[in-house]
Amino acid sequence: MEASVLHFFEWLWGPYWPALWSWFEPVWPLIWVIMKIVAILVPLLLGVAYMTYAERKILGFMHVRIGPNRVGPLGLLQPIADGLKLFFKEIVLPTKADPGLYFMAPALAMAPAVAVWAVVPFFDGGVLANLDAGVLFLLAVSSLGVYGIIVAGWASNSKYPFLGSIRSTAQMVSYEVSMGLALVCVLMVSNSLNLTDIVHSQGRGMFADWGVGALSWNWLSLWPMFLVYLISGVAETNRAPFDVVEGESEIVAGHMVEYSGMAFAMFFLAEYANMILVAAMVSIFFLGGWLSPVGFLPDGILWLLAKMSLVLFMFLWLRATFPRYRYDQIMRLGWKVFVPACLIWIPVVGVWMMSPLNIWK
Amino acid sequence: MPSIGSAMDLTSIVFYVFAALLIFAALRVITARNPVHAVLYLVLAFFNAGGLWLTLQAEFLAIALVMVYVGAVMVLFLFVIMMLDIDIKRLRQGFWRNMPLAAILGIVMVAEMFLVLSTDYFSLVAFPDSKADAGYSNTKELGRLLFTDYVYPFELASIILLVAIIAAVVLTLRRRKDVKHLDPVQQIAVKHTDRLRVLQMPAEKEGE
Repeated sequence: MEASVLHFFEWLWGPYWPALWSWFEPVWPLIWVIMKIVAILVPLLLGVAYMTYAERKILGFMHVRIGPNRVGPLGLLQPIADGLKLFFKEIVLPTKADPGLYFMAPALAMAPAVAVWAVVPFFDGGVLANLDAGVLFLLAVSSLGVYGIIVAGWASNSKYPFLGSIRSTAQMVSYEVSMGLALVCVLMVSNSLNLTDIVHSQGRGMFADWGVGALSWNWLSLWPMFLVYLISGVAETNRAPFDVVEGESEIVAGHMVEYSGMAFAMFFLAEYANMILVAAMVSIFFLGGWLSPVGFLPDGILWLLAKMSLVLFMFLWLRATFPRYRYDQIMRLGWKVFVPACLIWIPVVGVWMMSPLNIWK
Repeated sequence: MPSIGSAMDLTSIVFYVFAALLIFAALRVITARNPVHAVLYLVLAFFNAGGLWLTLQAEFLAIALVMVYVGAVMVLFLFVIMMLDIDIKRLRQGFWRNMPLAAILGIVMVAEMFLVLSTDYFSLVAFPDSKADAGYSNTKELGRLLFTDYVYPFELASIILLVAIIAAVVLTLRRRKDVKHLDPVQQIAVKHTDRLRVLQMPAEKEGE
Protein backbone atom coordinates (compact mmCIF):
# COMPACT_ATOMS: atom_id res chain seq x y z
CA MET A 1 0.00 0.00 0.00
CA GLU A 2 2.91 2.29 0.83
CA ALA A 3 4.30 1.90 -2.68
CA SER A 4 1.01 2.77 -4.35
CA VAL A 5 0.61 5.88 -2.19
CA LEU A 6 4.10 7.00 -3.21
CA HIS A 7 3.22 6.26 -6.81
CA PHE A 8 0.14 8.44 -6.52
CA PHE A 9 2.22 11.35 -5.17
CA GLU A 10 4.69 10.91 -8.02
CA TRP A 11 1.83 11.15 -10.51
CA LEU A 12 0.34 14.13 -8.65
CA TRP A 13 3.50 16.24 -8.58
CA GLY A 14 4.91 15.13 -11.95
CA PRO A 15 8.26 16.79 -12.76
CA TYR A 16 8.58 18.41 -9.31
CA TRP A 17 8.51 15.02 -7.61
CA PRO A 18 12.27 14.13 -7.54
CA ALA A 19 13.18 17.47 -5.92
CA LEU A 20 10.34 17.15 -3.43
CA TRP A 21 11.17 13.54 -2.63
CA SER A 22 14.85 14.25 -1.95
CA TRP A 23 13.67 16.85 0.55
CA PHE A 24 11.29 14.76 2.60
CA GLU A 25 12.61 11.23 2.09
CA PRO A 26 14.29 11.14 5.55
CA VAL A 27 11.02 11.91 7.31
CA TRP A 28 8.84 9.76 5.06
CA PRO A 29 8.38 6.91 7.65
CA LEU A 30 7.00 9.47 10.09
CA ILE A 31 4.69 10.98 7.46
CA TRP A 32 3.49 7.52 6.50
CA VAL A 33 2.63 6.65 10.12
CA ILE A 34 0.82 9.97 10.56
CA MET A 35 -1.16 9.30 7.38
CA LYS A 36 -2.20 5.92 8.76
CA ILE A 37 -3.20 7.49 12.08
CA VAL A 38 -5.35 10.06 10.26
CA ALA A 39 -6.88 7.28 8.17
CA ILE A 40 -7.96 5.55 11.40
CA LEU A 41 -8.97 8.60 13.44
CA VAL A 42 -11.08 10.49 10.92
CA PRO A 43 -13.47 7.59 10.29
CA LEU A 44 -13.49 6.90 14.03
CA LEU A 45 -14.54 10.44 14.94
CA LEU A 46 -17.11 10.50 12.14
CA GLY A 47 -18.34 7.17 13.45
CA VAL A 48 -18.63 8.67 16.93
CA ALA A 49 -20.61 11.63 15.58
CA TYR A 50 -22.99 9.45 13.62
CA MET A 51 -23.25 6.96 16.49
CA THR A 52 -25.03 9.69 18.45
CA TYR A 53 -27.37 10.19 15.49
CA ALA A 54 -27.94 6.44 15.16
CA GLU A 55 -28.63 6.19 18.87
CA ARG A 56 -31.28 8.90 18.79
CA LYS A 57 -32.89 7.56 15.63
CA ILE A 58 -32.95 3.93 16.79
CA LEU A 59 -34.16 4.81 20.28
CA GLY A 60 -36.81 6.95 18.62
CA PHE A 61 -37.87 4.05 16.43
CA MET A 62 -38.07 1.75 19.44
CA HIS A 63 -40.11 4.31 21.37
CA VAL A 64 -42.38 4.85 18.34
CA ARG A 65 -41.28 8.45 17.80
CA ILE A 66 -39.38 10.10 14.97
CA GLY A 67 -36.11 11.26 16.49
CA PRO A 68 -33.99 14.11 15.10
CA ASN A 69 -35.39 15.22 11.72
CA ARG A 70 -34.87 19.00 11.53
CA VAL A 71 -31.25 19.61 10.52
CA GLY A 72 -30.58 18.43 6.99
CA PRO A 73 -32.41 15.62 5.17
CA LEU A 74 -33.66 13.02 7.71
CA GLY A 75 -31.81 15.01 10.36
CA LEU A 76 -28.50 13.77 8.99
CA LEU A 77 -26.65 17.00 9.82
CA GLN A 78 -27.77 16.91 13.46
CA PRO A 79 -24.38 15.63 14.84
CA ILE A 80 -22.57 18.46 12.99
CA ALA A 81 -24.95 21.02 14.47
CA ASP A 82 -24.50 19.55 17.95
CA GLY A 83 -20.74 19.62 17.56
CA LEU A 84 -20.75 23.25 16.43
CA LYS A 85 -23.00 24.24 19.30
CA LEU A 86 -20.74 22.57 21.87
CA PHE A 87 -17.66 24.05 20.23
CA PHE A 88 -18.87 27.63 20.63
CA LYS A 89 -20.22 27.26 24.16
CA GLU A 90 -18.41 28.75 27.09
CA ILE A 91 -16.41 26.37 29.28
CA VAL A 92 -17.34 27.06 32.87
CA LEU A 93 -14.78 26.61 35.63
CA PRO A 94 -16.31 26.06 39.10
CA THR A 95 -14.92 28.44 41.73
CA LYS A 96 -13.34 25.87 44.01
CA ALA A 97 -12.25 23.47 41.29
CA ASP A 98 -8.64 22.42 40.77
CA PRO A 99 -8.07 24.18 37.41
CA GLY A 100 -5.14 22.11 36.11
CA LEU A 101 -6.72 18.75 36.74
CA TYR A 102 -10.17 20.02 35.81
CA PHE A 103 -9.04 20.79 32.27
CA MET A 104 -6.80 17.73 32.04
CA ALA A 105 -9.57 15.25 32.88
CA PRO A 106 -11.38 15.36 29.49
CA ALA A 107 -8.05 14.77 27.74
CA LEU A 108 -7.29 11.90 30.12
CA ALA A 109 -10.60 10.32 29.19
CA MET A 110 -10.20 10.90 25.46
CA ALA A 111 -6.55 9.91 24.94
CA PRO A 112 -6.77 6.20 25.91
CA ALA A 113 -10.03 5.80 23.99
CA VAL A 114 -8.17 6.90 20.86
CA ALA A 115 -4.73 5.39 21.55
CA VAL A 116 -6.10 1.85 21.84
CA TRP A 117 -6.97 1.85 18.13
CA ALA A 118 -3.26 1.50 17.34
CA VAL A 119 -3.43 -2.28 17.78
CA VAL A 120 -6.85 -2.95 16.23
CA PRO A 121 -6.52 -4.91 12.98
CA PHE A 122 -9.10 -3.86 10.38
CA PHE A 123 -8.16 -6.40 7.73
CA ASP A 124 -5.32 -8.84 7.15
CA GLY A 125 -2.23 -6.67 7.75
CA GLY A 126 -4.36 -3.54 8.16
CA VAL A 127 -3.09 -2.53 11.59
CA LEU A 128 -1.05 0.45 12.74
CA ALA A 129 1.15 -1.46 15.22
CA ASN A 130 1.18 -5.23 14.91
CA LEU A 131 2.24 -5.87 18.52
CA ASP A 132 2.91 -9.38 19.79
CA ALA A 133 1.47 -8.32 23.13
CA GLY A 134 -1.48 -6.56 21.48
CA VAL A 135 -4.09 -7.87 23.91
CA LEU A 136 -2.01 -6.71 26.87
CA PHE A 137 -1.58 -3.27 25.31
CA LEU A 138 -5.32 -3.13 24.80
CA LEU A 139 -6.10 -4.06 28.41
CA ALA A 140 -3.42 -1.70 29.76
CA VAL A 141 -4.43 1.36 27.76
CA SER A 142 -8.16 0.88 28.06
CA SER A 143 -7.79 0.59 31.83
CA LEU A 144 -6.39 4.14 31.85
CA GLY A 145 -9.73 5.60 30.76
CA VAL A 146 -10.94 5.50 34.34
CA TYR A 147 -8.48 8.27 35.28
CA GLY A 148 -10.40 10.76 33.15
CA ILE A 149 -13.57 10.07 35.09
CA ILE A 150 -12.02 9.90 38.54
CA VAL A 151 -9.95 13.06 38.05
CA ALA A 152 -12.99 14.88 36.64
CA GLY A 153 -15.00 13.92 39.70
CA TRP A 154 -12.37 15.01 42.15
CA ALA A 155 -11.23 18.18 40.39
CA SER A 156 -14.79 19.51 40.01
CA ASN A 157 -14.95 19.76 43.83
CA SER A 158 -18.67 19.15 43.80
CA LYS A 159 -20.87 16.45 45.27
CA TYR A 160 -22.53 14.75 42.33
CA PRO A 161 -19.36 14.47 40.21
CA PHE A 162 -17.57 13.02 43.22
CA LEU A 163 -20.25 10.39 43.80
CA GLY A 164 -20.27 9.59 40.10
CA SER A 165 -16.53 9.14 39.97
CA ILE A 166 -16.53 6.88 43.02
CA ARG A 167 -19.23 4.74 41.46
CA SER A 168 -17.39 4.55 38.17
CA THR A 169 -14.05 3.62 39.73
CA ALA A 170 -15.51 0.66 41.55
CA GLN A 171 -17.56 -0.41 38.57
CA MET A 172 -14.84 -0.15 35.93
CA VAL A 173 -12.19 -1.85 38.06
CA SER A 174 -14.62 -4.70 38.85
CA TYR A 175 -15.64 -5.37 35.29
CA GLU A 176 -12.09 -5.16 33.99
CA VAL A 177 -11.41 -8.29 36.05
CA SER A 178 -14.12 -10.35 34.37
CA MET A 179 -13.24 -8.94 30.94
CA GLY A 180 -9.61 -9.94 31.41
CA LEU A 181 -10.53 -13.41 32.65
CA ALA A 182 -12.88 -13.94 29.71
CA LEU A 183 -10.05 -12.98 27.39
CA VAL A 184 -7.78 -15.57 29.05
CA CYS A 185 -9.95 -18.29 27.46
CA VAL A 186 -9.61 -16.64 24.05
CA LEU A 187 -5.84 -16.44 24.48
CA MET A 188 -5.70 -20.12 25.48
CA VAL A 189 -7.52 -21.36 22.41
CA SER A 190 -5.78 -19.05 19.95
CA ASN A 191 -2.35 -19.50 21.56
CA SER A 192 -1.36 -15.90 20.93
CA LEU A 193 -1.57 -12.36 22.31
CA ASN A 194 -1.47 -10.89 18.82
CA LEU A 195 -4.86 -9.67 17.62
CA THR A 196 -4.19 -10.60 13.98
CA ASP A 197 -3.24 -14.14 15.03
CA ILE A 198 -6.37 -14.38 17.17
CA VAL A 199 -8.52 -13.59 14.13
CA HIS A 200 -6.58 -16.04 11.96
CA SER A 201 -6.98 -18.81 14.54
CA GLN A 202 -10.77 -18.44 14.26
CA GLY A 203 -10.59 -19.13 10.53
CA ARG A 204 -9.45 -22.71 11.13
CA GLY A 205 -11.57 -25.65 12.23
CA MET A 206 -14.05 -28.26 11.14
CA PHE A 207 -16.85 -25.84 10.27
CA ALA A 208 -14.49 -23.52 8.39
CA ASP A 209 -13.46 -26.50 6.24
CA TRP A 210 -17.13 -27.17 5.52
CA GLY A 211 -17.55 -23.59 4.33
CA VAL A 212 -19.51 -22.23 7.30
CA GLY A 213 -16.73 -20.31 9.02
CA ALA A 214 -19.19 -18.47 11.25
CA LEU A 215 -19.55 -21.61 13.37
CA SER A 216 -15.83 -22.00 14.03
CA TRP A 217 -15.50 -18.50 15.47
CA ASN A 218 -15.00 -18.24 19.20
CA TRP A 219 -18.57 -17.17 20.02
CA LEU A 220 -19.83 -20.72 19.70
CA SER A 221 -16.97 -22.66 21.28
CA LEU A 222 -16.58 -20.14 24.11
CA TRP A 223 -20.25 -19.19 24.40
CA PRO A 224 -20.33 -18.40 28.17
CA MET A 225 -17.21 -16.25 27.85
CA PHE A 226 -18.74 -14.45 24.87
CA LEU A 227 -21.70 -13.47 27.03
CA VAL A 228 -19.46 -12.45 29.94
CA TYR A 229 -17.29 -10.30 27.68
CA LEU A 230 -20.23 -8.69 25.93
CA ILE A 231 -22.04 -7.77 29.16
CA SER A 232 -18.83 -6.65 30.87
CA GLY A 233 -18.14 -4.51 27.82
CA VAL A 234 -21.47 -2.74 28.29
CA ALA A 235 -20.70 -2.24 31.99
CA GLU A 236 -17.15 -1.08 31.25
CA THR A 237 -18.37 1.69 28.95
CA ASN A 238 -20.93 2.79 31.56
CA ARG A 239 -23.83 2.28 29.19
CA ALA A 240 -27.40 1.48 30.14
CA PRO A 241 -28.42 -0.70 31.97
CA PHE A 242 -25.14 -0.17 33.89
CA ASP A 243 -25.12 3.63 33.63
CA VAL A 244 -25.28 4.40 37.36
CA VAL A 245 -22.11 6.43 36.82
CA GLU A 246 -24.12 9.04 34.99
CA GLY A 247 -27.52 8.06 36.36
CA GLU A 248 -29.50 11.07 35.16
CA SER A 249 -32.31 10.49 37.62
CA GLU A 250 -30.04 9.97 40.64
CA ILE A 251 -26.88 12.05 40.34
CA VAL A 252 -27.76 14.26 37.33
CA ALA A 253 -24.86 13.30 35.03
CA GLY A 254 -22.21 12.01 37.38
CA HIS A 255 -18.67 13.17 36.72
CA MET A 256 -19.77 15.48 33.88
CA VAL A 257 -22.12 17.73 35.87
CA GLU A 258 -19.75 20.71 36.08
CA TYR A 259 -18.45 20.44 32.53
CA SER A 260 -19.77 22.40 29.58
CA GLY A 261 -18.91 23.09 25.96
CA MET A 262 -15.99 21.25 24.42
CA ALA A 263 -14.82 19.82 27.77
CA PHE A 264 -18.16 18.06 28.08
CA ALA A 265 -18.02 17.02 24.45
CA MET A 266 -14.67 15.30 25.04
CA PHE A 267 -16.22 13.00 27.65
CA PHE A 268 -19.03 12.32 25.25
CA LEU A 269 -16.61 11.50 22.43
CA ALA A 270 -14.60 9.25 24.72
CA GLU A 271 -17.68 7.31 25.78
CA TYR A 272 -18.79 6.69 22.21
CA ALA A 273 -15.26 5.90 21.03
CA ASN A 274 -15.09 3.32 23.82
CA MET A 275 -18.41 1.85 22.72
CA ILE A 276 -17.13 1.48 19.18
CA LEU A 277 -13.93 -0.03 20.57
CA VAL A 278 -15.80 -2.62 22.62
CA ALA A 279 -17.81 -3.48 19.50
CA ALA A 280 -14.55 -3.92 17.57
CA MET A 281 -13.09 -6.06 20.34
CA VAL A 282 -16.13 -8.33 20.53
CA SER A 283 -15.96 -8.70 16.74
CA ILE A 284 -12.24 -9.52 16.79
CA PHE A 285 -12.15 -11.83 19.79
CA PHE A 286 -15.40 -13.71 19.30
CA LEU A 287 -16.94 -12.96 15.92
CA GLY A 288 -13.99 -13.65 13.62
CA GLY A 289 -12.90 -10.06 12.89
CA TRP A 290 -12.68 -9.45 9.16
CA LEU A 291 -13.36 -13.13 8.27
CA SER A 292 -16.33 -13.94 6.09
CA PRO A 293 -19.04 -16.06 7.74
CA VAL A 294 -19.38 -18.30 4.69
CA GLY A 295 -16.73 -19.88 2.51
CA PHE A 296 -17.90 -18.54 -0.88
CA LEU A 297 -17.63 -14.82 0.00
CA PRO A 298 -14.26 -13.04 0.34
CA ASP A 299 -12.93 -11.79 3.69
CA GLY A 300 -12.60 -8.05 4.15
CA ILE A 301 -13.00 -4.96 6.27
CA LEU A 302 -16.71 -4.76 5.39
CA TRP A 303 -17.36 -7.87 7.47
CA LEU A 304 -15.65 -6.28 10.47
CA LEU A 305 -17.74 -3.13 10.06
CA ALA A 306 -20.91 -5.18 9.73
CA LYS A 307 -20.14 -7.12 12.91
CA MET A 308 -19.31 -3.92 14.78
CA SER A 309 -22.57 -2.36 13.64
CA LEU A 310 -24.43 -5.41 14.89
CA VAL A 311 -22.83 -5.16 18.34
CA LEU A 312 -23.42 -1.39 18.47
CA PHE A 313 -27.06 -1.89 17.53
CA MET A 314 -27.29 -4.32 20.43
CA PHE A 315 -25.87 -1.66 22.76
CA LEU A 316 -28.69 0.69 21.74
CA TRP A 317 -31.26 -2.06 21.91
CA LEU A 318 -30.18 -2.84 25.49
CA ARG A 319 -30.57 0.81 26.39
CA ALA A 320 -34.08 0.95 25.02
CA THR A 321 -35.09 -2.30 26.71
CA PHE A 322 -33.74 -2.65 30.22
CA PRO A 323 -34.22 -0.54 33.34
CA ARG A 324 -31.12 0.58 35.21
CA TYR A 325 -29.44 -1.89 37.55
CA ARG A 326 -29.24 -1.13 41.22
CA TYR A 327 -25.65 -0.48 42.29
CA ASP A 328 -25.25 -3.45 44.64
CA GLN A 329 -26.69 -5.69 41.92
CA ILE A 330 -24.05 -4.46 39.48
CA MET A 331 -21.31 -5.35 41.95
CA ARG A 332 -22.93 -8.71 42.64
CA LEU A 333 -23.16 -9.54 38.94
CA GLY A 334 -19.51 -8.65 38.39
CA TRP A 335 -17.89 -10.30 41.37
CA LYS A 336 -20.25 -13.12 42.33
CA VAL A 337 -21.47 -14.26 38.92
CA PHE A 338 -18.99 -13.34 36.18
CA VAL A 339 -15.70 -13.83 38.02
CA PRO A 340 -16.59 -17.32 39.33
CA ALA A 341 -18.02 -18.25 35.92
CA CYS A 342 -14.72 -17.29 34.27
CA LEU A 343 -12.66 -19.04 36.94
CA ILE A 344 -14.63 -22.24 36.31
CA TRP A 345 -14.56 -21.93 32.53
CA ILE A 346 -10.77 -21.45 32.30
CA PRO A 347 -9.98 -24.95 33.72
CA VAL A 348 -12.81 -26.41 31.63
CA VAL A 349 -11.23 -25.04 28.46
CA GLY A 350 -7.81 -26.18 29.69
CA VAL A 351 -8.98 -29.76 30.24
CA TRP A 352 -10.84 -29.65 26.92
CA MET A 353 -7.67 -28.59 25.11
CA MET A 354 -5.66 -31.39 26.72
CA SER A 355 -8.29 -34.06 25.96
CA PRO A 356 -8.56 -35.92 22.62
CA LEU A 357 -11.68 -33.83 21.88
CA ASN A 358 -9.57 -30.68 21.41
CA ILE A 359 -11.05 -28.68 18.52
CA TRP A 360 -8.43 -25.89 18.43
CA LYS A 361 -5.43 -27.75 17.02
CA MET B 1 14.15 3.48 6.64
CA PRO B 2 16.37 5.46 9.01
CA SER B 3 19.97 4.30 9.23
CA ILE B 4 21.29 2.46 12.29
CA GLY B 5 23.12 5.55 13.54
CA SER B 6 20.06 7.78 13.57
CA ALA B 7 17.97 5.00 15.17
CA MET B 8 20.47 4.84 18.02
CA ASP B 9 20.21 8.58 18.47
CA LEU B 10 16.43 8.38 18.53
CA THR B 11 16.57 5.70 21.24
CA SER B 12 18.87 7.82 23.37
CA ILE B 13 16.65 10.87 22.94
CA VAL B 14 13.63 8.82 23.97
CA PHE B 15 15.59 7.45 26.93
CA TYR B 16 16.57 10.90 28.16
CA VAL B 17 13.04 12.22 27.78
CA PHE B 18 11.59 9.31 29.75
CA ALA B 19 14.35 9.48 32.37
CA ALA B 20 13.98 13.23 32.88
CA LEU B 21 10.21 12.96 33.19
CA LEU B 22 10.58 10.02 35.57
CA ILE B 23 12.90 11.94 37.90
CA PHE B 24 10.71 15.04 37.72
CA ALA B 25 7.58 13.01 38.51
CA ALA B 26 9.29 11.14 41.34
CA LEU B 27 10.45 14.41 42.89
CA ARG B 28 6.98 15.88 42.61
CA VAL B 29 5.52 12.80 44.35
CA ILE B 30 7.32 13.77 47.55
CA THR B 31 7.11 17.53 47.14
CA ALA B 32 3.49 17.95 45.97
CA ARG B 33 1.37 19.48 48.72
CA ASN B 34 -1.86 17.90 47.65
CA PRO B 35 -1.88 14.08 48.13
CA VAL B 36 -4.09 13.61 45.05
CA HIS B 37 -1.51 15.43 42.94
CA ALA B 38 1.19 13.24 44.47
CA VAL B 39 -0.69 10.10 43.45
CA LEU B 40 -1.13 11.40 39.91
CA TYR B 41 2.60 12.18 39.71
CA LEU B 42 3.28 8.63 40.88
CA VAL B 43 1.12 7.44 37.99
CA LEU B 44 3.24 9.55 35.65
CA ALA B 45 6.38 8.04 37.19
CA PHE B 46 5.10 4.50 36.59
CA PHE B 47 4.25 5.42 33.04
CA ASN B 48 7.75 6.68 32.32
CA ALA B 49 9.32 3.64 33.99
CA GLY B 50 7.23 1.53 31.61
CA GLY B 51 8.54 3.65 28.75
CA LEU B 52 12.13 3.02 29.87
CA TRP B 53 11.49 -0.73 29.89
CA LEU B 54 10.10 -0.44 26.37
CA THR B 55 13.41 1.04 25.22
CA LEU B 56 15.06 -2.08 26.69
CA GLN B 57 12.71 -4.17 24.49
CA ALA B 58 11.01 -5.60 27.56
CA GLU B 59 7.53 -4.87 26.24
CA PHE B 60 5.78 -7.44 28.40
CA LEU B 61 7.12 -5.97 31.64
CA ALA B 62 6.37 -2.44 30.46
CA ILE B 63 2.76 -3.22 29.58
CA ALA B 64 2.29 -5.30 32.73
CA LEU B 65 3.57 -2.39 34.83
CA VAL B 66 1.08 -0.02 33.25
CA MET B 67 -1.76 -2.54 33.45
CA VAL B 68 -1.24 -3.65 37.06
CA TYR B 69 0.07 -0.52 38.76
CA VAL B 70 -1.42 2.30 36.73
CA GLY B 71 -4.60 0.54 35.67
CA ALA B 72 -5.56 -1.10 38.95
CA VAL B 73 -3.40 -0.38 42.01
CA MET B 74 -3.11 3.37 41.59
CA VAL B 75 -6.81 3.72 40.79
CA LEU B 76 -7.60 2.17 44.17
CA PHE B 77 -4.96 4.37 45.82
CA LEU B 78 -6.56 7.43 44.29
CA PHE B 79 -9.96 6.13 45.30
CA VAL B 80 -8.91 6.01 48.96
CA ILE B 81 -6.85 9.21 49.03
CA MET B 82 -9.60 11.19 47.33
CA MET B 83 -11.94 10.39 50.17
CA LEU B 84 -9.54 11.19 53.01
CA ASP B 85 -10.05 14.49 54.74
CA ILE B 86 -6.44 15.53 54.94
CA ASP B 87 -5.41 18.48 57.05
CA ILE B 88 -2.00 19.41 55.67
CA LYS B 89 -1.15 21.73 58.57
CA ARG B 90 -1.59 18.96 61.09
CA LEU B 91 0.40 16.55 58.94
CA ARG B 92 3.35 18.92 58.84
CA GLN B 93 3.33 19.55 62.59
CA GLY B 94 6.00 17.06 63.63
CA PHE B 95 8.20 17.69 60.61
CA TRP B 96 11.28 19.07 62.37
CA ARG B 97 10.99 16.69 65.33
CA ASN B 98 10.95 13.61 63.06
CA MET B 99 13.49 15.06 60.66
CA PRO B 100 16.70 13.58 62.20
CA LEU B 101 15.36 10.02 62.34
CA ALA B 102 13.95 10.27 58.81
CA ALA B 103 17.24 11.66 57.52
CA ILE B 104 19.23 8.81 59.11
CA LEU B 105 16.84 6.21 57.62
CA GLY B 106 17.09 7.90 54.25
CA ILE B 107 20.87 7.91 54.31
CA VAL B 108 20.94 4.23 55.30
CA MET B 109 18.64 3.37 52.40
CA VAL B 110 20.70 5.34 49.91
CA ALA B 111 23.88 3.67 51.19
CA GLU B 112 22.31 0.22 50.88
CA MET B 113 21.11 0.89 47.36
CA PHE B 114 24.53 2.25 46.43
CA LEU B 115 26.23 -0.88 47.78
CA VAL B 116 23.87 -3.18 45.89
CA LEU B 117 23.83 -1.28 42.61
CA SER B 118 27.59 -0.74 42.46
CA THR B 119 28.32 -4.49 42.52
CA ASP B 120 29.20 -6.45 39.41
CA TYR B 121 25.64 -7.80 39.18
CA PHE B 122 24.42 -4.44 37.98
CA SER B 123 27.49 -3.32 36.08
CA LEU B 124 27.24 -2.69 32.36
CA VAL B 125 29.30 -5.85 31.76
CA ALA B 126 26.70 -8.05 33.43
CA PHE B 127 23.97 -6.86 31.08
CA PRO B 128 24.06 -8.36 27.61
CA ASP B 129 23.15 -6.17 24.68
CA SER B 130 19.39 -5.85 24.67
CA LYS B 131 19.09 -6.13 20.91
CA ALA B 132 16.84 -9.06 20.02
CA ASP B 133 16.21 -10.74 16.69
CA ALA B 134 13.13 -9.84 14.72
CA GLY B 135 10.33 -12.25 15.60
CA TYR B 136 11.62 -12.75 19.12
CA SER B 137 8.66 -12.63 21.47
CA ASN B 138 9.47 -11.36 24.92
CA THR B 139 6.09 -12.50 26.21
CA LYS B 140 6.48 -16.05 24.93
CA GLU B 141 10.03 -16.34 26.32
CA LEU B 142 8.92 -15.09 29.71
CA GLY B 143 6.00 -17.51 29.78
CA ARG B 144 8.26 -20.40 28.84
CA LEU B 145 10.71 -19.57 31.64
CA LEU B 146 7.98 -19.10 34.23
CA PHE B 147 6.31 -22.40 33.48
CA THR B 148 9.45 -24.53 33.08
CA ASP B 149 12.60 -23.45 34.95
CA TYR B 150 10.86 -21.32 37.56
CA VAL B 151 7.60 -23.21 37.90
CA TYR B 152 7.97 -23.98 41.63
CA PRO B 153 8.84 -20.43 42.73
CA PHE B 154 6.05 -19.20 40.47
CA GLU B 155 3.46 -21.55 41.97
CA LEU B 156 4.70 -20.74 45.46
CA ALA B 157 4.31 -17.02 44.84
CA SER B 158 0.80 -17.52 43.49
CA ILE B 159 -0.20 -19.55 46.56
CA ILE B 160 1.15 -16.84 48.86
CA LEU B 161 -0.86 -14.25 46.93
CA LEU B 162 -3.98 -16.41 47.14
CA VAL B 163 -3.55 -16.75 50.90
CA ALA B 164 -3.10 -13.00 51.15
CA ILE B 165 -6.29 -12.38 49.16
CA ILE B 166 -8.31 -14.75 51.33
CA ALA B 167 -6.81 -13.27 54.50
CA ALA B 168 -7.71 -9.76 53.38
CA VAL B 169 -11.26 -10.81 52.59
CA VAL B 170 -11.68 -12.67 55.89
CA LEU B 171 -10.27 -9.76 57.89
CA THR B 172 -12.67 -7.25 56.38
CA LEU B 173 -15.72 -9.47 56.12
CA ARG B 174 -18.27 -8.67 58.77
CA ARG B 175 -21.97 -9.01 58.64
CA ARG B 176 -23.68 -5.89 59.79
CA LYS B 177 -26.87 -6.66 61.60
CA ASP B 178 -28.35 -3.18 61.37
CA VAL B 179 -28.54 -3.16 57.58
CA LYS B 180 -31.65 -4.29 55.78
CA HIS B 181 -30.19 -6.89 53.51
CA LEU B 182 -31.93 -7.84 50.28
CA ASP B 183 -31.12 -11.17 48.77
CA PRO B 184 -31.49 -10.90 44.97
CA VAL B 185 -32.28 -14.61 44.70
CA GLN B 186 -35.27 -14.15 46.97
CA GLN B 187 -36.23 -10.99 45.12
CA ILE B 188 -36.34 -12.80 41.82
CA ALA B 189 -38.22 -15.76 43.26
CA VAL B 190 -41.01 -13.61 44.59
CA LYS B 191 -44.53 -14.65 43.57
CA HIS B 192 -47.50 -12.38 43.14
CA THR B 193 -49.56 -14.60 45.42
CA ASP B 194 -47.25 -13.74 48.34
CA ARG B 195 -47.68 -10.01 47.85
CA LEU B 196 -51.12 -9.36 46.49
CA ARG B 197 -54.49 -10.66 47.52
CA VAL B 198 -57.41 -9.92 45.25
CA LEU B 199 -60.60 -9.55 47.22
CA GLN B 200 -63.96 -10.17 45.67
CA MET B 201 -66.50 -7.75 47.05
CA PRO B 202 -70.12 -7.80 46.12
CA ALA B 203 -71.24 -4.54 44.53
CA GLU B 204 -73.38 -2.42 46.77
CA LYS B 205 -76.82 -1.73 45.50
CA GLU B 206 -77.86 1.79 44.87
CA GLY B 207 -80.67 3.46 46.69
CA GLU B 208 -80.88 1.29 49.84
